[in-house]
Amino acid sequence: MNRRHVVSCITAAAAAIFVVSVSAQTKPAAPKAAATATAPAQTVKIAYIDPQSGPFAGVGANLLKHFQFSADLVNAQQLAGPGIKFEMVVFDNKASPQETLTALKHVIDQGIRYVVQGQGSGAALALIDAIDKHNERNPSQSILFLNYAAVDPDLTNSKCSFWHFRFDANTDMKMEALTAYIKDRPEVKNVFLINQNYSHGHQVSRVAKELLARKRPDVKVVGDDLHPLGQVRDFAPYIAKMRAASADTVITGNWGPDLALLVRAARDAGLNANFYTYYGGVIGTPTAVGPAGENRMRMVAYWHPNITPDYPGEKLYQDFKKRFGEEFYAVATYSALTLLADTIKRTKSTDPLRVAYAMEGAKWAGLNGDIEMRASDHQLLQPLWIVSWTKVGGPNKNDIEKTGFTWKTEVSYPTYVASQPTSCTMKRPALP
Amino acid sequence: MLETYISQALYGVSYGLLLFMLAAGLTLIFSMMGVLNFAHASFYMLGAYIAYQISTWIGFWLALVLAPLVLFLVGALVERWGLRRVHKWGHVPELLFTFGLSYIIVELVQVIWGRQAVPYRVPPALDGPVDWLLRYDITFPEYRMFMMAVAIAMLLALWLVLTRTRIGLVIQAALTHPQQVEALGHNVPRVFMLVFGAGSALAGLAGVVGGNAFVTQPDMANTVGAIIFVIIIVGGLGSLAGAFCAALLIGLLENFGKAEDWSAASLLTNLGLHIGPETPGYAVLKLTVSQVTPVLPYLLLVLILIVRPKGLLGTRED
Repeated sequence: MNRRHVVSCITAAAAAIFVVSVSAQTKPAAPKAAATATAPAQTVKIAYIDPQSGPFAGVGANLLKHFQFSADLVNAQQLAGPGIKFEMVVFDNKASPQETLTALKHVIDQGIRYVVQGQGSGAALALIDAIDKHNERNPSQSILFLNYAAVDPDLTNSKCSFWHFRFDANTDMKMEALTAYIKDRPEVKNVFLINQNYSHGHQVSRVAKELLARKRPDVKVVGDDLHPLGQVRDFAPYIAKMRAASADTVITGNWGPDLALLVRAARDAGLNANFYTYYGGVIGTPTAVGPAGENRMRMVAYWHPNITPDYPGEKLYQDFKKRFGEEFYAVATYSALTLLADTIKRTKSTDPLRVAYAMEGAKWAGLNGDIEMRASDHQLLQPLWIVSWTKVGGPNKNDIEKTGFTWKTEVSYPTYVASQPTSCTMKRPALP
Repeated sequence: MLETYISQALYGVSYGLLLFMLAAGLTLIFSMMGVLNFAHASFYMLGAYIAYQISTWIGFWLALVLAPLVLFLVGALVERWGLRRVHKWGHVPELLFTFGLSYIIVELVQVIWGRQAVPYRVPPALDGPVDWLLRYDITFPEYRMFMMAVAIAMLLALWLVLTRTRIGLVIQAALTHPQQVEALGHNVPRVFMLVFGAGSALAGLAGVVGGNAFVTQPDMANTVGAIIFVIIIVGGLGSLAGAFCAALLIGLLENFGKAEDWSAASLLTNLGLHIGPETPGYAVLKLTVSQVTPVLPYLLLVLILIVRPKGLLGTRED
């Protein structure tokens, strides 16, 4: 009796843990390979490896919607050619590089040949490395990595790979634009850098210091903090530090809850400083900022909804909002899937090797103007905007997250200004 | 400079008191029933979500009262129909039970409220800085003040119940001599049920005030789960006063630590030594205190376990 109860209790606990771990992987593993280049491919599966649980689950869920939306567009308009459909397959990497590699194993086992990832350069660096090795050993099973948001410059410089394409602007480009804007802002005197303690945060801090020293040597960097990724509940101590250092400007590459909680703590403490952000538009942050960010929060962006009279995208933005009740901001997801679809159509092949060669140097009209996938390092060249958080009105008519506020263009930098040289020496595999 | 220290101390104390609200329930349940409740942090999360739900219907102030009551019921039911049945078979099944329960609660919360953070807000009446502190050039949110008041009121109430009421005396007696108390005609299982319910209610209360001060999301149990175990072990398992001291200590440690920018490298440089990237171990030496701070509570835990295994104010020798 006694033993039976203990056994049943342990079984129940084990069962509960099993259920949880199974449900953590959003889709059960399909046992056999589906779409490959050799079979007449009708469905191109695209693995989405990004957080579906943990502190960044909200961002992960929102960006998945971006991809589903874009994939549906590709399917409805047959952008990849008649009969070829895109299907997103979701893998949860919990924002961790280790979990990303586990997810990649599942991707390989399921015979999926295309991977999209973006939330976290740490995960992207792990992915680029593992995919390189995999492709070298299994050329017939090669995998192509479309990176839509990991902005560590190394990914298209020292660590660049033939199998990786980046659709976001990298940190070198974004900081170049931000500092070009700061150059003409005399009110910027004391700058405080706060970033997440991983590759992306380190790069933002490094590039900001370098470029500020070059363009505004009079500006003092009064603080340079790194905090654990996604772990900080209370940013109040950092805000107190900013106040003590009399910072008038905060530059941060934080994203998701790390930015939302940071600006919320700044608002609670009444910190009198301007925020220059990379990701002020990511889901949840606009709500957290609210009216307190008026004319205080700025962002460097490759697109925003209030440029839509001059650029296509208005309808997509409205459709997305209608369908999901959330903001459409990560246009890189759309750029990535439309380029992939168009290339598949052009080459009449779903083989990643042929597709990758054909994507190199592609030029097309995107939602943010004429854009180019640079062949030498697989970095998308696109224009950048510096935008500020302002009341809805006039041409700035798209209310963001029902806050009554929206983005206003301060400056726009055309593609050639926003581009940066690369140190990449690309190793290309031979075409069969 | 003094203003900075005072405001940091205030933030530290308010955070520490929130941690204490959480740890109090955990240590109470442990001292009473010998159960390390792994689901405790999940009750904290559940408290925040239920408070959010109630506040969207009838407002924050009723949520403040009702959510802990709901959690009391949940806790009591869990004890009566779950834990009590497992209790007979020893501590390992109990541990496994609460462990499994914590996962089930997280999954349930995600099913009901989704994986994203919910917009649980500070009530408008408390949204702003404390006026009289502004005069001393200290900006401190009113809501944090309120959090401290709730925690202190809870501490007082708990202390009064435990030392001044009949049920408190029975609880204290049942702590050490459960058989004797039962022989005197008291219903010890029911006392257990009440204590477990009360402990869960305290976690729920912490969730109600912590959920909108920080962020209400399925991950919030994880972020405090480890730290409250550190607090009750550092304070001494089963010691309420110990948990209080440890919670304040860790709250202050985290807040002051994050503000310090010196590192071993900068100290040695000040001593006249030349430290640069070529020095062996530079990667470790250059870590600043603010970067190391997140690890400090766990370092403290390890040190306490080595130097004083029963904790700061613990009495148990086992």
